[in-house]
Amino acid sequence: MTRIEPPLALLAELTHRCPLRCPYCSNPLELSRASDELDTASWKRVLGEAAALGVLQVHFSGGEPLVRRDLAEIVRHATEVGLYGNLITSGINLDAGRLAELVEAGLEHVQLSFQDIDTASGDRIAGFAGAQEAKRRAARFVRDAGLPLTANAVVHRQNLDRLDKIIDMAVALGADRLEVAHVQYYGWALRNRAALLPSRDQLDAATAIVEGARSRLAGVMVIDYVVPDYYAHRPKACMGGWGQRFLNVTPAGGVLPCHAAETLPGLEFSSVHEANLAEIWYHSAAFERFRGTDWMPEPCRSCDRREIDWGGCRCQAYALTGDAVRTDPACALALDHRLLAGAIQNSSAAAPDFVYRQYSAALRRSPEPISRPALE
Amino acid sequence: MTEEPRAPIAGSAVLRFAPHVRFRFDETRQAWVVLAPERLLLPDEQAVEILQLIDGGRSVDNVIDELVRRYEAPRDVIAGDVIKMLQDLVDKKVLR
Repeated sequence: MTRIEPPLALLAELTHRCPLRCPYCSNPLELSRASDELDTASWKRVLGEAAALGVLQVHFSGGEPLVRRDLAEIVRHATEVGLYGNLITSGINLDAGRLAELVEAGLEHVQLSFQDIDTASGDRIAGFAGAQEAKRRAARFVRDAGLPLTANAVVHRQNLDRLDKIIDMAVALGADRLEVAHVQYYGWALRNRAALLPSRDQLDAATAIVEGARSRLAGVMVIDYVVPDYYAHRPKACMGGWGQRFLNVTPAGGVLPCHAAETLPGLEFSSVHEANLAEIWYHSAAFERFRGTDWMPEPCRSCDRREIDWGGCRCQAYALTGDAVRTDPACALALDHRLLAGAIQNSSAAAPDFVYRQYSAALRRSPEPISRPALE
Repeated sequence: MTEEPRAPIAGSAVLRFAPHVRFRFDETRQAWVVLAPERLLLPDEQAVEILQLIDGGRSVDNVIDELVRRYEAPRDVIAGDVIKMLQDLVDKKVLR
């Protein structure tokens, strides 16, 4: 690696608290509690350090950032230090007053999630009664406030057959942009993979719908399309390469190259309490670990795409093979590519029930009774 | 539903940056950047020169005229490049 460029964007995970319980949530299975969250002053310091480091955009995410009462104060500070602020929200509890406060603080854009097109299915997938209606209201508030709106629809086998209607809904809501994102299988989504992974036919139909809509809606609504790894031939360039473009700060202050990186064993991530962002970005062992191409095994090492896809995703390699250093199984050249074929095959069975996102205390089973050993 | 088919940009159109799109100089990189919803563009030198002429006053034709004057290049060559770039940015909702 010759020269380390400064990061372009910061994903600021302000909290893991969220009213929704989406079974594909990208948060870790072990969620941070409110008492672990960085306070207002710490977030302000982190945003200042990010701007000084060269970060241009900050994505306020979670969990649901609106559960933080100090959100407007944090957004205002981002604006003051010159960052372009984006709110990634479920839209639950967003009202005109709260939004006006955020606009006044300098917020530039809202990305609003949708789980489906109608109340029954939207609320079921979100695990929250009233979610769909609250989201429709939130979209109106965003448009009325004059902010650009991106609708984000995470798609999977249980809503993909309504993609054409999801696109119509986004246009009707006045979205400038629609992100159609196939589920990425980490954390909660990996746990729910059998309930979410679409069939090849569903995927092909969806891709055709997106292509048709893109040409029909050119100049009306931009459609960004995130394709699913599991049917890919080459892996995604995860995060644009480890430690090359993005950094992520967790609710508790961990500084990561991506939001799932804490799943990888053997890496020690620094906290914003221990060092400033520049030291962590340029000098920490964890950011160095998979930066560039030196760490790569074959077939990546000699591949002419090694600086295009950067070996794919480390977290996916680890989640599927147990070894973070292997080539991402999403690559057809990977030794482990067959693991995906196995998962796809299983996806043709009936979808099991969702395991909804929740705090781990509730997830643990009650202890099983231990029977007294029979006396011999 | 308020879908309108896209009209190709006209020479007489006066384009401007969409609201909440920021075209600014970044001190860290010593380079111009475009910050937009879900987009971050790092325009090259020629693109920067074109974008600096998007001032809400000049028409697309005026922008082309100015570049023809600066580069003493054939107008149709410059016009082709400029319109292609501007159309792309209109489609991405960076300009309107």
